[in-house]
Amino acid sequence: MMKLEAVIQPSRFESVKDALREIGVEGMTVTEVRGHGRQKGHTEVYRGREYTVDLLPKIKLEMVLPDNLVNRVVDTILKSAKTGKIGDGKIFLSRVDEAIRIRNEERGENAL
Amino acid sequence: MKCRGSSCRFRLSLGIGTILLAALPVAPPLAAEQTPSSAAAVSSSAPVLLAAALPEQTSVTNDKLMQLDKDVKAAQSSADNAWMLVSAALVLMMTGPGLALFYGGLVRRKNTLAIMMQSFALMALITVMWALVGYSLCFGGSGPVIGGFEHAFLRGVGADPNPDYAGTIPQMTFMVYQLMFAVITPALITGATAERMKFSGTVLFMVLWFLVVYAPLAHMVWGKGGLLNAALGGKFPTLDFAGGTVVHISSGVSALVCALYMGKRSGYPKQPMPPHSLVLSFIGACLLWVGWFGFNAGSALAAGSLASSAFVATHFGAAAAALSWSAAEWIKNGRASALGAISGAVAGLVAITPAAGFVGPMPALVIGAIAGVVCFAMVTKVKAAFGYDDALDAFGVHGAGGTIGALLTGVFAQQVINPIFGVGKPVGGLDGHWGQVGNQLVGVVIAWAFALVGTMVLLKIVDLVTGIRVPEEHEQEGLDITQHGEEAYNLET
Repeated sequence: MMKLEAVIQPSRFESVKDALREIGVEGMTVTEVRGHGRQKGHTEVYRGREYTVDLLPKIKLEMVLPDNLVNRVVDTILKSAKTGKIGDGKIFLSRVDEAIRIRNEERGENAL
Repeated sequence: MKCRGSSCRFRLSLGIGTILLAALPVAPPLAAEQTPSSAAAVSSSAPVLLAAALPEQTSVTNDKLMQLDKDVKAAQSSADNAWMLVSAALVLMMTGPGLALFYGGLVRRKNTLAIMMQSFALMALITVMWALVGYSLCFGGSGPVIGGFEHAFLRGVGADPNPDYAGTIPQMTFMVYQLMFAVITPALITGATAERMKFSGTVLFMVLWFLVVYAPLAHMVWGKGGLLNAALGGKFPTLDFAGGTVVHISSGVSALVCALYMGKRSGYPKQPMPPHSLVLSFIGACLLWVGWFGFNAGSALAAGSLASSAFVATHFGAAAAALSWSAAEWIKNGRASALGAISGAVAGLVAITPAAGFVGPMPALVIGAIAGVVCFAMVTKVKAAFGYDDALDAFGVHGAGGTIGALLTGVFAQQVINPIFGVGKPVGGLDGHWGQVGNQLVGVVIAWAFALVGTMVLLKIVDLVTGIRVPEEHEQEGLDITQHGEEAYNLET
């Protein structure tokens, strides 16, 4: 099992979600987050006062996947989240030791 | 000066003249240019004329004429009163919700309710003060600096008009209309003290400020015998149709003093403090614009042509200033912002306020255009250069806009619009009376001086009694929670 965390542009979220549903991803957890990587943010001007907004709104997707699905999901996100500009976000993968379904205590990939 | 007289009475005299001409061919033709006082003389001498001409029908015709006279007066009074009641409501709408939303959107989220509550509290506080002594101090008596106590507790303020101020509407209407000006003026100051002033300090300061700064200024400019009154025997006749000096210079300059005395908000100017909801500010500004028709056109104190003229000038001034502020911003920043456009409109409305009932549409465009650019420079350049923290630009917009408007009124005022100094006498500079600019300057200087000194003294007093500024940690947490125990937005509950 792998845990996938992807931070993406809010404007790409709907297409990412649709693309993932098409390849059979059944669940995900979504959070609205703010942050920045290499993207520098932008400036706003209110009555002559300039503010640099460097923490930008992003969407963070989290999902735990069976090993056989990981590559397809990564490909799908890469395709559907890309705009080609700085600020498109990142994908992080990490190994997961165990998953347990609370309702019936199933374990492992069956619990996903 | 609030209209006063000539145009409202003028119509009445025409009406009576027409009736007399119809009823009595032998009467000498009543010239349309007769003065208001001769109108009164004609109506009382009419029965005598009739008696000489047609003795046997005297009493019947007399009764009829008197009845007609009464009906004409009642009809005009009803029309004027309807407009003035609506105007009073429009001016109240400028404070709440207009100003409350405008300012509420400009502060950070944690201070939204606090700033709105300050405006609302003034709606209640000043109203009660007005009933007890306020109206009397502004419009009772005839001293040069402040009124008296003859109308304290609204004694003698009823259905009968007060001929000194508005001869065709119940004094009660005049009283409640003027009250709305007294409400919004101190509320404007809260733009400078936003996000850091104690609620207790605000309440005490505003009550004292109303008594010490607003009441004398209102009396000096608008009250009978006031030093600056242009229509009722002032020494330095200052033209202020709807409150350029009384409302905007007084609040704007006091706002500057408050900002300097209180110091900057914690974190200013390093920490970003962007407006938390320009949508609220936008709605507020639009309500202010609409309410301003009551403020300026209502200051004609009658529903006649002067009200139309002031209405038009107000609208044109606002539009020109919205454009000129936006243009300046576009040139400087490469974009025209919504905040810039609405700020410009408010600046234009401020500047046209003293001029509204004295200038035509073209000068109104000029005054608005100048005000938009100057106020833009005030809030973007001058504020930054001097480093004071006028949080929501009460001084930059109202102090500066009011001063420009008051001076330009002296330049552009026209007797064609409002022959306030009498028929045939020029009013403003371009009319041929450049001395008026000097009078305006005297009015401006006195208003500035009163606001500066009065506010300084009052701030010292209030600081000793309740304190002015909230502690640093309260400022960080926000005034909504620390001053009022509530939050503007509980969206997750």
